[in-house]
Amino acid sequence: MAAFFNKRNIVVGFILLAVIFPFITRNDYFLHVMTLAFIWMIAVYGLNLLAGYTGYLSLAHAGFFAIGAYAFGLLTVKAGFGFWPAFLLAPIITTAMGFLIGLIALRTKEHFFAIYTLCVGYIIYLVIDKWEGLTGGVRGLIGIPAPSSIGPLTLSTPIAQYYFVFVILLLVIFVIYRIIHSLTGRTFIAIRNSEELALSLGISTTKNKLISFVLSTFFAGIAGVLYACFIRFIGPDIGNLNITFDLLTYMIVGGIGTMSGPIVGTLLIVWLSQNLQFLQDYRMLIFGPLLTLMVIFSPRGISGLFALWSAKRTRKLKPKTSNVEEQA
Amino acid sequence: MDVLLQQLFNGLTIGSVYSLVALGLTLVYGILHIPNFAHGALYMVGAYITYTIMTSLGLHYLLSILTSIIAVGMISVLMERLVFHPLKDSTPIQHKVAAIGMLLFLESFAQLIWGADYQQMETPFGQVIDFFGLTVTMQRLIIVITAVVAMILLYLFLKKTFTGATIIAMAQNREGAHLVGINTNKVAMLTFFISGVLAALGASLTSPINLVFPSMGHLVILKAFVIIIIGGMGSIPGAILGGYIIGFSESIGATYISSDYSDIISFALLVIILTIKPQGIFSKGGV
Amino acid sequence: MFLETKRLTKQFGGLFAVKDVDFSIEEGKINAIIGPNGAGKSTFFNLVSGLYRPTSGQVLFKGKDISNLKANKVAKLGVARTFQTTHLFEQATVFDNVIVGHRLRTKANLFDSIFHTKRLKREEEQCKEKALEVLQFVGLEHAVDHLVANISQEEKKRVAFALALATDPEIVFLDEPTAGINPDETAELSELIEKMAENGLTICLIEHKMQMIMNLAEQIMVLNYGEKIAQGTPEEINRNEEVIKAYLGGSTSA
Repeated sequence: MAAFFNKRNIVVGFILLAVIFPFITRNDYFLHVMTLAFIWMIAVYGLNLLAGYTGYLSLAHAGFFAIGAYAFGLLTVKAGFGFWPAFLLAPIITTAMGFLIGLIALRTKEHFFAIYTLCVGYIIYLVIDKWEGLTGGVRGLIGIPAPSSIGPLTLSTPIAQYYFVFVILLLVIFVIYRIIHSLTGRTFIAIRNSEELALSLGISTTKNKLISFVLSTFFAGIAGVLYACFIRFIGPDIGNLNITFDLLTYMIVGGIGTMSGPIVGTLLIVWLSQNLQFLQDYRMLIFGPLLTLMVIFSPRGISGLFALWSAKRTRKLKPKTSNVEEQA
Repeated sequence: MDVLLQQLFNGLTIGSVYSLVALGLTLVYGILHIPNFAHGALYMVGAYITYTIMTSLGLHYLLSILTSIIAVGMISVLMERLVFHPLKDSTPIQHKVAAIGMLLFLESFAQLIWGADYQQMETPFGQVIDFFGLTVTMQRLIIVITAVVAMILLYLFLKKTFTGATIIAMAQNREGAHLVGINTNKVAMLTFFISGVLAALGASLTSPINLVFPSMGHLVILKAFVIIIIGGMGSIPGAILGGYIIGFSESIGATYISSDYSDIISFALLVIILTIKPQGIFSKGGV
Repeated sequence: MFLETKRLTKQFGGLFAVKDVDFSIEEGKINAIIGPNGAGKSTFFNLVSGLYRPTSGQVLFKGKDISNLKANKVAKLGVARTFQTTHLFEQATVFDNVIVGHRLRTKANLFDSIFHTKRLKREEEQCKEKALEVLQFVGLEHAVDHLVANISQEEKKRVAFALALATDPEIVFLDEPTAGINPDETAELSELIEKMAENGLTICLIEHKMQMIMNLAEQIMVLNYGEKIAQGTPEEINRNEEVIKAYLGGSTSA
């Protein structure tokens, strides 16, 4: 039971810290960085659901992030949609695209899947970049509206936007937590372990992989929409492979297939990059090898290390029955 | 007609480079079942090393290439030892992520050393010659000839030498090769060496007609993956054939469809192929 | 006949892995398939359990043609199987590994999972009860909370059995259940297999350990180069000339 309360304390502590963060810093720039980090976390949770829990590494993730952002941008800027209708519609568009692409992409496995999605991601990027008539090409899309107020609640200040994104992040984490710690999540994990075994246990791998893929694109889409209305300018670069690699780094360093990994990895790397400003362009000099070292020495990232350490500490206590993937 | 012939020759040039890069990728895949995402970074490093040796040491283009291919071969071996060897019992996702980590590192490293700017590589073979009625630069002719010679040498090495035979044996059956006493470690290192050499050779040959920059490996590696999927992962003739198929379809597509979207052609091709045959065109076995 | 195959054939690139195999499995009995390495035993299992599509021929389960059903559909009809490698998730507990085994008998979907509906709670309970029940049956009640990484090879095999049993099967195919474990443990697993049969399950296993098979099985089929060369009781198989020839001439792994 002690471990349970510990975990709850950590979660509550983190939420409190995030809530009072704007009052601690009183610095708009830090607030900006943090808000952006929350947005990346949402995207990383999507990637983690598919790669970490279902075993399929998609390298088209930034592509779906960009589809979400551009769908929102085009709906508001070019199609004259209001903020909220576009806010709801854009993730749906992303998910629909995810469904169509997933239907085909998931016929491939392992390396083929990674290469296939790599190419799909690149095609998405190229289309955004070259289709100037629609997307504005390299000039990008400007004038995307900031979140409009909900009744008396205005979302125009940096603090309001910070809380807005934070609330959505919490919702995303809650939904992911529910999925992972349910029969659906167990089904995904069974597929990750062995598709043959899952099949012979009567699990429709085709259906469940598609669910996981579509969910991952949905979360990428939400993150894209938030990015668009937070930064209010988008260019083709957000669909670039480098963004996929960034998200991948956050996930691997934090801990692939763990609940807390996306938060830990994203926070750590975003803040490290901030403090290593002089390294900005060369940050991959450190994070590249870090990625490789993590995979070799701690395949489940920092969260995995922490879980291992706390498991050792509480070994003498009788472990509680059942819990999929109980991680820090 | 002239335009077509010219484009066909261009296709032959690009295809030669693609084939070289794809060959290295397919060899490594065939033996270790690793899709080496860092292969494109080796390609880029190869171009930079040749460039640096030429500009700072003033060595001849061909000598610079020779130094560069050996250096990149060594880097490739180092990568096998430090990264892929420790991961040999890991999951496919770990392989891919580790390779991506190396790719990010090498690109960042290149940017640190050589800057993000585009560099122009000089060649002593810039003269224009008349080749069966086509006006081509000597450099392009050299690309084709060198590539073909390299492929023939590789073929002879794999088919006619004992060491080459061990590579083939290991590609066919890894455990079996280990059981009959083949030193699988050595074979893995050798394969990575050859793979690095081919990547650096391809890059050094094509750089004078393209440009040298840190992310120059991106498109090439993506296309190399397309090629080895078309040609069958691990298949050597498939990589060569696939390289030329992509080379020709790109140069012709650029002329007759749109040069803006010529890069998309190969990816679209791949998407279509994998859509129809999820295990690649020449996959063996079947469920 | 409970489960039977008719002229079942599987070709891989021109080679016959399984050729024209007629086999029938009697309900409630322990059936076995033996044969030298590469004789097509595992392919036969993959065909029956739906992982492979036959090139020609049929698989009939309780009179219904299941040849072209996908493996997950076959499992739902009550055909379970284990694999040579257990494919368990090492970093989770035994209990967690087995819960998903009953998933095929539940209906909870993504909506239920996100909104934590009554149906989800009920079905999760149902899966957990099932997991405990089958773990008890295979004699692992003491290891329920252990991480799979920390249990013995023999215990892992039992977990794999439990997973198969959690699907509520009528027939269980066991692919080399005792590969890689010692003789004492083999005897214990044999007892478990007998106990499964006594509980009304039909068993069909692949095994290399001849002595174990001769004591355990009531009916044996012998495959060689993909073809059935003999079928009968252990005594009949023992006396069969062709079987002796195949074993002496071929691989000596038996």
